[in-house]
Amino acid sequence: MKDRLEALKSEAIDKINESVDLKDLQAVKVAYLGKKGPITEVLKGMGKLSAEERPVVGAYANEVRDSIQQELDKKQAELEEAAIAQKLASETLDVSLPGRPVKKGNPHPLTAVVTEIEDLFLSMGFTIAEGPEVETDYYNFEALNLPKGHPARDMQDSFFITEDILLRTQTSPVQARTMEKHEGQGPVKIISPGKVYRRDNDDATHSHQFMQIEGLVVDQNVRLSDLKGVLETFAKKMFGEDRKIRLRPSFFPFTEPSVEMDISCFKCSGKGCSICKQTGWIEILGAGMVHPNVLEMAGFDSKKYTGFAFGMGPERIAMLKYGIDDIRHFYANDIRFLKQFKNA
Amino acid sequence: MLISYNWLKDYVNVEISPAELADKITKSGIEVEMVEPLNKGISGVVVGHVKECSQHPNADKLRVCKVDIGQGEISQIVCGAPNVAQGQKVAVAVPGAVLPGNFKIKKAKLRGEESLGMICSLQELGVDTKLVPKEYSTGIFVMPSDAEPGSDALEYLNLNDHVLELGLTPNRADCLNVLGVAYEVAAILKEEVKLPDTSFTNTEEKAEDFISVNIESFEDNPYYGAMIIRDVKIGPSPLWMQNRLMASGIRPINNVVDITNYVLLEYGQPLHAFDYNRLGSKEIVIRRATEGEHIQTLDDQDRILKDTHLVITNGTAPIAVAGVMGGATSEVGEDTTNVLLEAAYFSSARVRAASKDLGLRSEASSRYEKGIDRNRVYAAAIRAAQLMAEIAGGKVAAGIVEAGKREVKSYTVSMAVSRMNALLGTSITPEQTSAIFDRLGFSYKEADGEFEVVVPSRRPDITIEADLIEEVGRIYGYDRIPTTYLLTEARPGGLTQNQAKRRGIRNYLEGAGLYQAVTYALTTPEKSTHFSFNGEEQVYPISVAHPMSEERSTLRMSLLPQLLEVLQYNRNRSLEDLAVYEMGSVFINRQEVLSDLPEEYVFVSGAITGVFNEHLWQGERKTADFFVLKGILEGLMSELNLSERITYESGIIENMHPGRTAVVKLDGIPVGFVGQLHPALQKGLDVKDTFVFELNATRLIDSEIQQMVYQTLPRYPSITRDIALVVDQELPAGDLFTVIQAAGGDLLKEVNLFDLYEGEKVEEGKKSLAFSLKYFDPERTLTDDEVVSAHDRVLKSLEERFGAQLRK
Ligand SMILES: [Zn+2]
Repeated sequence: MKDRLEALKSEAIDKINESVDLKDLQAVKVAYLGKKGPITEVLKGMGKLSAEERPVVGAYANEVRDSIQQELDKKQAELEEAAIAQKLASETLDVSLPGRPVKKGNPHPLTAVVTEIEDLFLSMGFTIAEGPEVETDYYNFEALNLPKGHPARDMQDSFFITEDILLRTQTSPVQARTMEKHEGQGPVKIISPGKVYRRDNDDATHSHQFMQIEGLVVDQNVRLSDLKGVLETFAKKMFGEDRKIRLRPSFFPFTEPSVEMDISCFKCSGKGCSICKQTGWIEILGAGMVHPNVLEMAGFDSKKYTGFAFGMGPERIAMLKYGIDDIRHFYANDIRFLKQFKNA
Repeated sequence: MLISYNWLKDYVNVEISPAELADKITKSGIEVEMVEPLNKGISGVVVGHVKECSQHPNADKLRVCKVDIGQGEISQIVCGAPNVAQGQKVAVAVPGAVLPGNFKIKKAKLRGEESLGMICSLQELGVDTKLVPKEYSTGIFVMPSDAEPGSDALEYLNLNDHVLELGLTPNRADCLNVLGVAYEVAAILKEEVKLPDTSFTNTEEKAEDFISVNIESFEDNPYYGAMIIRDVKIGPSPLWMQNRLMASGIRPINNVVDITNYVLLEYGQPLHAFDYNRLGSKEIVIRRATEGEHIQTLDDQDRILKDTHLVITNGTAPIAVAGVMGGATSEVGEDTTNVLLEAAYFSSARVRAASKDLGLRSEASSRYEKGIDRNRVYAAAIRAAQLMAEIAGGKVAAGIVEAGKREVKSYTVSMAVSRMNALLGTSITPEQTSAIFDRLGFSYKEADGEFEVVVPSRRPDITIEADLIEEVGRIYGYDRIPTTYLLTEARPGGLTQNQAKRRGIRNYLEGAGLYQAVTYALTTPEKSTHFSFNGEEQVYPISVAHPMSEERSTLRMSLLPQLLEVLQYNRNRSLEDLAVYEMGSVFINRQEVLSDLPEEYVFVSGAITGVFNEHLWQGERKTADFFVLKGILEGLMSELNLSERITYESGIIENMHPGRTAVVKLDGIPVGFVGQLHPALQKGLDVKDTFVFELNATRLIDSEIQQMVYQTLPRYPSITRDIALVVDQELPAGDLFTVIQAAGGDLLKEVNLFDLYEGEKVEEGKKSLAFSLKYFDPERTLTDDEVVSAHDRVLKSLEERFGAQLRK
């Protein structure tokens, strides 16, 4: 019987080794270890054996059964591994093929610039004030120290609709409206971005519609040196940490003193290039201390309160930042232009 | 304003270069826009003396000249100018010379005759044609007879000078003249202003015996002075004066006219010279023109005047439009011998009115408009009279015949050093302040840091303390002002909810694949009314009074016409697959006559056309269609937490496809629409099928905001039941949704349409829709009975309302 078992064992192991897939292996398992398999048969015939022989043969039969099982397990692991390897091989992709595009648009470059500036001032504790694009002469001019007949009105040829209503030429009327709402109580700390309109022929550097961002701070003890601080922060954040700023005296009817702010050229760092017209400086914005008349008209006591205001053009900033040479690009909306500002 | 560097140096000591000076002027407040050398790259041009001049043997239009170019050296030069003649002193570019444009002069043979250089016109030396005196405009320039042959011609022509172009702000009209700039430069450089010597000897005759002056309104004309200069000899003015005029952008005419222009540039005072003999009377009367009165002006135009214009008359007829232009009848000409010199102060309003109505803007009128120095009028008259005596051989009659006040009293403005330092953030001392006022030439009294400053009449822009603070600050130097940080109480900045939502809408649409466009708010009157969904109510387009063009004349009521222009613009560049949106204001006016501001709403609109998205190598391609766009809108409404209050109902919108347009309603009120463009419009625009939407974002954003409430995650299973229905083909699916939701009650949490079929397998005129309904209760496990009863209610309602049949 022992010989019979020995033979079965080597037979089964041969079959196991011959198996090429899991199905073959299963068949081998059923054939040799199944309830109707030869080993079971052998064990069934144990009754005929003597009492001494029985445990010996029984133990040996179990030993054979275990070693067949071991071989089966070993083979199964091998075959499974091979099957996985084969599956993986058949599933290999050309990972260099392009992926499915995700449809995504992006903001207009002017919005990108405005948003960047907004966020910067929001972080400095400013809020955003807005107002109508169709304005009254009062808020657009008179409340800003530009009475009818003032020569500086010529600087801004306006689109009037009626004698008293016009398309705003600046976002400053928002300042006047905001101050009025504060009823003489500070602090006021706003920026006002928006569209403005002037009677200009559209060309590479002029546009009858363009954007402005103005800022206004009114409180007790606001100083020109504070304006310098705010503008310096702005210039560094917008144009790089190593920017220097320079204030030059200027004139605006609604501020006194008035200044223009230049930044050191970010292209040549002051050596002189075509962007800064060889001066090393780039004019960025106009600013100044709020004119006492403007404060008084809006209901603030100009002996108690002072303030500063500044204003800049997002088109100009975007043109400088991105090297855009024609302001009309912003309003033509060529999709090839718009798509370039994915990361703006 | 163009300022000659050399001329400026007559009045103030300048030891720095034009470029350095320009930099200093710019830093202290007047922007020098350009420093232009008058020498545009010239070298080797000398004075020549034309000794002989004969006809070229082989060319009719050429002359052969023998020219002494210094030290007795005679050069033969062929010249084509018609006015070249023997005895002239001329500018000669000798061989080796360079003219503007890097034009090198070489020895040459012209039609067989040797030519050693070139006799130059002013244009060839870089002078603008319109500044060259008329008699030399087509030929060479003839220099004064005392010019030394062989010497540098540029010195004679003052072409070694530099011109500073000042960009003046309206408050600094005081720098519209050389003396004014001299005061500014003196303050910057700590120098003194040297006024010109204006002494001269007048004759025994008295001006008042020749003329009388009367002013009707001192408001229109506060001061008028007339001087009489007899026996002038009209001729060219001296070269130095012509050079200065040309450098300042004014063409020399004759000595008398040049003097008035010269003094205008020097003192900033407009002057006018009349031919005294042709006045037609011995009186000057200044009055308003009568409506429709005529005058022939210097430029030989017949002008019709209004009663808002001020005229100078001879007692009967106008002889000049005050401050704007003289009349032709009394014009100074070659035969003029006696001159009446006018120096006056006219109101800027009168001058502006006439200059605007007549379309005449001159150096004089613009100065009157911006305001001149009242106290310099008389001084300018004296200066001009002196120059007429000196260079035009005139005899000046004694005195000036005047009406009105020659000078006005000065006023004072006070300034406290403490307030100045508080405003600027500086610590400037009273001593430093006095020093700066001294430099500015402002007189003052000071006590304990309180200044009482007498404002010079040349600076009428200074009226309040802040003006003086600016003066001190800018001379002190803005670069010396420290940088400080705001002391205002810290408050959090941040977007309002409305602003945050607008950003949210933009971000959402960009995330959904649309690019943001920004277009013009002004459009044509016709386009302004397109796509309006204002219902029955009458709206009136808003047009600007003086548009630049019809294209940009009327405010938009919809963003779509401009967005379609964007599609067209791109289409013309073969860019046909587009997805764009815009967020911007539209303007709705319900008043027949605009007296209050119109309503402004923020609209958000979008357009998609062509391929919306594709994955080429996998053969996937999604073309823009109604449901792509509607899906984007549905997502947007969900973003705004408005999904449950929004409905889409088929509707008619002008220019939209009648069968493929839905009106978007919020709580039953229209807030916009979505759909396909009308095929006729698509054809007109030459675009593919285009789908657009327009929404009143203001309405969406302002509608009451429901606070977001957290829903506990479902702990109990949901039960899903599907139904397939057969209904009439016309029945909108939206109605089915509404009824299912209502009948299903609270347990019905989700309804999805998963199949739509129209075709052979259903009866004609019918369609089949399949919905999946999801029931659950967050509190417990639903029983079968509960679901069955809810589901039966749904089926029953559908049957009752729409005769819907369950499809087997
Ligand atoms: Zn540079």
